[in-house]
Amino acid sequence: MIKVLKPGLQTTVQDQGRLGLYEIGMPPSGAMDQFALRVGNMIVGNHPNAAVLEITYIGPELIFEKDTQISLTGGLIPPKINGVPVPMWETLAVKAGDVLSFDFVKSGARIYLAVEGGIDVPLVMNSRSTYTLIGIGGFEGRALAEGDVLATGDLHERKVAAGTRIEESLIPTFGRSHEIRVIVGLCSYRLTEESKRIFLETEWTVTPEANRIGYRHKGQRLQFVEREQPFGAGSNPSNVTDLGYPIGSIQVPDGVEPIVLLHDAVTGGGYATVATVISTDLNRMGQIKTNEKVKFVSVGLEEALQIRKENQLVLNKIAENIASR
Amino acid sequence: MSKAIIAPLPGVFYRRPSPDQPEYVREGDQVNPGDIVGLIEIMKTFYELKAEESGVVAGFLVNNEDIVDAGQEIALLK
Repeated sequence: MIKVLKPGLQTTVQDQGRLGLYEIGMPPSGAMDQFALRVGNMIVGNHPNAAVLEITYIGPELIFEKDTQISLTGGLIPPKINGVPVPMWETLAVKAGDVLSFDFVKSGARIYLAVEGGIDVPLVMNSRSTYTLIGIGGFEGRALAEGDVLATGDLHERKVAAGTRIEESLIPTFGRSHEIRVIVGLCSYRLTEESKRIFLETEWTVTPEANRIGYRHKGQRLQFVEREQPFGAGSNPSNVTDLGYPIGSIQVPDGVEPIVLLHDAVTGGGYATVATVISTDLNRMGQIKTNEKVKFVSVGLEEALQIRKENQLVLNKIAENIASR
Repeated sequence: MSKAIIAPLPGVFYRRPSPDQPEYVREGDQVNPGDIVGLIEIMKTFYELKAEESGVVAGFLVNNEDIVDAGQEIALLK
């Protein structure tokens, strides 16, 4: 059992997500940084889909009510146990009565706490992820609040020795400006050639409207090609006849402030989607803070799949390193 | 000697609890640890920015409704 002394700014239970329900308009939710989720679970010997706590900007204060092992992965929000700094990306043994707290965020935006066995909350549509907009999943469908008590589950698969640490070279780091790789399309044909170029050349600034639903960016205005309004489309030049919005798709309502849709976003609508963030870089997207810079870099589908494969190889290497200890 | 109150997270800074209420603190006011000096809005949540030390407010380094950064100095105490 883990008791919440202070909840932090927005601490939610997340797993790999509520996948495969687009046909009913259900977004996946799940950890914004799936790399950190995956590695966090490996370090404590959990099933890959065990639920963790996703902690954003301001960390919570938690007291462990029994001995267990934990890990902290993702963005650098320096963790402390009983007031003493502890390493991230390492198997940590905690004792009953230990208090986990955090310093102010140093880099990245989200840190993940994995606990042996995973956080135990009821499965909703096969996932423990919190989708706060409609209040389902996770702990009572909401972010944690003071006084909540979390149970741990039975998704522990193997014991990992305390002190097991991920190789430094495999740990992602996060600066203040980010290159996010995208595949241009599906509705990029709606942008003028000049605006397509501007979209990729602009250094965008993340606005305060940046959360699990989407990240809004300020930069330059984009122009759309003149056209006759098609049947079923809105009158704004940025509108098209409704289509599905994949996670990572980028829309530019009225040509101002591109929005990258993320894990809790609406699954479809009538804005032209000009590009889609490749799946591997969604992890990095989840570690970007308001006021930081983003440049969208165009890659092809083959390259995106290759990057996904390489990311998988890194995860495999981490798994092997842990297993060989 | 002045001590800075630092924003621990990015967002929009507000000096009043709501538009029709007075500012939390003004220049020259005495503050004590735990006193709220402003709000930072991020992800539809309002974070209460508090003084960690006591002192007299020497001034604010940002304006109401400015976008502030994590680690930015918001106000100075003397």
